[in-house]
Amino acid sequence: MLDVGRHPNIDLLAYSEVQHIEGQAGNFKVTVRKKARYVDEDKCTGCGLCSEKCPTTVVDAFNEGLGMRRAVYAYFAQGIPSTRTIDPDHCRQLNGKKCGICQKVCQAGAIDYTQQDRLIELQVGAVIAAVGYDVFDPAQIAEYRYREIENVVTAIEFERLLSASGPTSGHVYRPSDLNAKAEIQVLEKQAAKSGRMLARFEKKYGRTSADFFMQYQAAPTDDADQEKWARVYQEDLARKERLAALNDAVKDAATAKRLAFIQCVGSRDFRFYPFCSGYCCMHSIKEAIIANEHEPQTVSTIFGMDIRAVGKGFEEYKIRGGNKSGITYVRGRVAEIIEGPGRNPVVVYEDTRTRSVKQEAFDLVILATACAPTRGIAELAATLNVALDDYGFIKTVPSAPVDTSMRGIFVCGCAGAPMDVPESVAQASSAAERAAEIIFQSDPVKEKAVA
Amino acid sequence: MPENHASDIRIGVFICHCGSNIAGYLDMEALADFAETRPHVVFVQRNLYTCSESGINEIKKGIQEQDLNRVVVASCTPRTHEPLFRSSCAEAGLNPYLFEMVNIRDQCSWVHMQEKTDATEKARELIGMGIAKAALLQPQEIILSEVQTRALVIGGGIAGLTASLSLARRGYEVVVVEKDQALGGMLNHLYKLGPQMQAAKELAAETVQKVNAHPKITVFTRAHVTQVKGFIGKFEVTVETQSGAKKIDIGIIIVATGAQPLVPEGLYGYDGKRTVTQFQLETMLAKGLDAAVRHVVMIQCVGSRNDERPFCAKICCQTAVKNAILIRRQYPETKVSILYRDMQMYGVENEAMFRDSKAAGVRYINYDPADPPQVKADKVGVYHPLLGRKMELAADLVVLSTPLLAREDAHETSQLLRVPVNENGFFLEGHVKLKPLDFATDGIFLCGSARFPANIREAVAQGLGAAARASIPLSKGSVEVEPIISVLADEDACRGCGLCVALCPYGALEVRQTEKGRKVHVINVACKGCGICAATCYQHALSINSFTDRQIEAQIDAFLTVHP
Ligand SMILES: Cc1cc2nc3c(=O)[nH]c(=O)nc-3n(C[C@H](O)[C@H](O)[C@H](O)COP(=O)(O)OP(=O)(O)OC[C@H]3O[C@@H](n4cnc5c(N)ncnc54)[C@H](O)[C@@H]3O)c2cc1C
Ligand SMILES: Cc1cc2nc3c(=O)[nH]c(=O)nc-3n(C[C@H](O)[C@H](O)[C@H](O)COP(=O)(O)OP(=O)(O)OC[C@H]3O[C@@H](n4cnc5c(N)ncnc54)[C@H](O)[C@@H]3O)c2cc1C
Ligand code: SF4
Ligand code: SF4
Repeated sequence: MLDVGRHPNIDLLAYSEVQHIEGQAGNFKVTVRKKARYVDEDKCTGCGLCSEKCPTTVVDAFNEGLGMRRAVYAYFAQGIPSTRTIDPDHCRQLNGKKCGICQKVCQAGAIDYTQQDRLIELQVGAVIAAVGYDVFDPAQIAEYRYREIENVVTAIEFERLLSASGPTSGHVYRPSDLNAKAEIQVLEKQAAKSGRMLARFEKKYGRTSADFFMQYQAAPTDDADQEKWARVYQEDLARKERLAALNDAVKDAATAKRLAFIQCVGSRDFRFYPFCSGYCCMHSIKEAIIANEHEPQTVSTIFGMDIRAVGKGFEEYKIRGGNKSGITYVRGRVAEIIEGPGRNPVVVYEDTRTRSVKQEAFDLVILATACAPTRGIAELAATLNVALDDYGFIKTVPSAPVDTSMRGIFVCGCAGAPMDVPESVAQASSAAERAAEIIFQSDPVKEKAVA
Repeated sequence: MPENHASDIRIGVFICHCGSNIAGYLDMEALADFAETRPHVVFVQRNLYTCSESGINEIKKGIQEQDLNRVVVASCTPRTHEPLFRSSCAEAGLNPYLFEMVNIRDQCSWVHMQEKTDATEKARELIGMGIAKAALLQPQEIILSEVQTRALVIGGGIAGLTASLSLARRGYEVVVVEKDQALGGMLNHLYKLGPQMQAAKELAAETVQKVNAHPKITVFTRAHVTQVKGFIGKFEVTVETQSGAKKIDIGIIIVATGAQPLVPEGLYGYDGKRTVTQFQLETMLAKGLDAAVRHVVMIQCVGSRNDERPFCAKICCQTAVKNAILIRRQYPETKVSILYRDMQMYGVENEAMFRDSKAAGVRYINYDPADPPQVKADKVGVYHPLLGRKMELAADLVVLSTPLLAREDAHETSQLLRVPVNENGFFLEGHVKLKPLDFATDGIFLCGSARFPANIREAVAQGLGAAARASIPLSKGSVEVEPIISVLADEDACRGCGLCVALCPYGALEVRQTEKGRKVHVINVACKGCGICAATCYQHALSINSFTDRQIEAQIDAFLTVHP
């Protein structure tokens, strides 16, 4: 990324979308909408002072909703360009409230609340669509209860939990515990506040809240002050009860040590995507190995129909995972996930080797979700005038693997079909080659220069 | 740049706050005060953001106004910011290699956030060491070397031919060396290609015809490379052709030598007649299957995914499914069963082919490698896990899916080019994820089944990709190399033993006969400055020019004296 940002021949238009394209191979005119960041890219040094001081917190999409960020933010720490962006949906200033803090603290004077979307015209010889994929939403599979059971997460959420720079600094805490801890924090703040309030009442009337409440219950009055005291006291009791229950629940909260990986979630499934997403078997193995490296007691079970460890060194990696990292591979499709005691998800599956239905409880279940065509691919395909396949990937043929149906427009990576990083990187070079062939052909001067 | 005597050395030290990233955790004033006391330091400045435009201007101003001839920046990581600071020095007229960077963020403030005193102490030590080294830095010049705009492609299969056509279309001359008598590689032996069921010979003929017609491509068949000397841009290659040996100047090399199917001698009663390989089945299908064949049983993972060859050869499952579909379509009376461990039908097209095969009536039975199928006179016995019992399948023809293996002579090619192969004999790329088509050695690339078994889609994509990678030095016409490299600092000490030559992973060293006897010679362009040679040389004859023994000793001395 950094190399791309620094390269003199690359203009990076981040936070931008292709709006329109005309012309033909060798000579396209492309209109790009550069969305307003409300931050001047040329001035912003990426120091991050604005995010530090911004008073508004928002759920962090990059960390899969597992953490928080500010309304003026960098999508993620190592992002290029490092220019911050103001989230217009949450920024107080942009929503008519009084704020303007970031503008005051920014030493570079980069904050510009009046910035507008800009349309930019580009003259290019060839276009490469590398728009990637989206993660399949497993809530569509009712029997896996993804939204209902807190300790069922997607692989991409799990990657954030595993990441040293993620919301848990790489410790695999269970979402149920994380949520409980977050709730405890909120409740404790509220409890402190109501405690102060009750103390004030007690001082004012010279009696304990319990005493007062007993009497009040027997003979309620419509004195506003007393009514409030009673209400606050009641709420406080309920809160304390909830806090005790939560504290009890997280008392021995430990990191998840028994992991289940469910393969082909949305893939190889006629109800959703019939294709195989190619990379999920490998990333589950990788994640199980990393989890075991972080905490050697961690054991994992990977449930799959076939474990498709297909690629250079992959089968060896899979076997090593089994031998050294506590991974058990189980052949079969998981029928259902239910919640058992202790917030433990229970996996119900048929073991095809023994032909029996089994149940097993885990600390955390990870869903290897399908590689879905990227959102907005249909609109983009219409703009670019390229054909899609039956599922919504950009269509190609085996003998011309990066050529789309439109001459001069090429595709690489998961925009064309699910594939892993090495394959995507190789294809990126392939697409660059095809693009270069067009560009140099259309430019007689350069054609001579290279000949 | 005038020669600097020790007394002329004027070091400027710029200490970065990185907003509060550094300043929030270290005592910046103490660091600046300390830097002032170090020898040769004439200028010390603290900056909020040294990498910001104003920070950069401060460095330039310092060089010009304070007449600095060495610059030290104590800030973040050189991985991201060294190039920027170097070029800023150059813009101010200072040789960019008279710059030294000290990382007090990642190594001090970030990792010791809670220990201000100790972290500051560590930063003092590091800054002191950086200054000590800076005083001994010497100017270096970027190494430029011309590139011969002619490519050599070894192997004329679909991957190599695709790469050749691409480079030729870009205007470069290409020499293809094929050891067989015809171009086309594996395609010449196949029947139809999944998933589209295109005739393999058609694709081969079409591609070969384009190659033969292209004026920029020279093809040598029944030829092989016998010697490779030189380095990126200037390879001197000897090719043994049908009309004798030829010496050719080459700029870059692409390895596309493919792979070969395992012949399963001794496995499952392999006899090449009733029990054949998928590779043989292709020829049988091209000729037409014997009408008597009514029951075909295919066995997957024959000779692969075992102790001897632990790898999965990736494409044999696709081949089996394809051939099973072809049989079902062309001989509807014939039944096909596939006995498998995991059906590796990854991706969109393969999985679709897998579904099609089931719709076409192909039967799948999973087997456990601990209890493999038994091939008998006219039957194959297998344990059926869904039925939970052993069963016998009628079998007039047993087809073994054997893996593609590295070519028998891959090892020789690897030695010839000084590029590595992995434990299975396939060529090893420079970086598994980020450089899948490059070797670690500059100017040599790889694609197709020579890298790892690939289907046509993958082989073609990789051929294009390798061409793109190769075209970078070709289109520039020259290569620029970082001058932080190995130098023969003490020629007299070198005994020409060649220990370093054997260990250099980039082929950047050779022993030459000189007036003073056998001496090692560093090929500047090929050297990556990794330092293995300098660390190995027991005579201390070799040295990395920005990590000399003297510089490192000075750093150690500085570390020892910084301590109060
Ligand atoms: C949980 C998980 C773990 C994985 N782990 C591994 C692993 O360990 N190793 C491995 O090899 N692979 C792994 N993969 C697979 C890997 O993520 C993909 O192979 C890779 O990201 C594909 O790269 P890409 O560039 O094609 O697509 P993407 O990474 O999806 O990038 C596409 C980019 O295009 C942008 N974009 C989309 N639409 C538009 C538009 N209309 N205009 C402009 N920009 C647009 C997107 O914002 C995005 O930045 C994993 C995948 C998952 C889900
Ligand atoms: C039985 C079988 C069935 C297949 N079916 C399909 C299918 O249906 N669909 C599909 O997509 N793919 C299929 N494949 C895969 C396909 O054949 C390969 O993807 C493709 O041929 C790989 O091309 P390549 O150029 O990398 O290697 P190859 O085709 O192997 O070409 C390498 C060339 O290099 C030459 N060579 C080797 N060493 C040297 C040397 N030292 N010096 C000079 N020349 C050398 C060889 O003679 C050969 O001509 C099948 C493979 C097999 C084995
Ligand atoms: S890669 Fe594995 S988990 Fe993913 S769809 Fe394919 S078989 Fe299923
Ligand atoms: S591709 Fe299929 S047959 Fe070949 S080694 Fe892998 S699993 Fe076995």
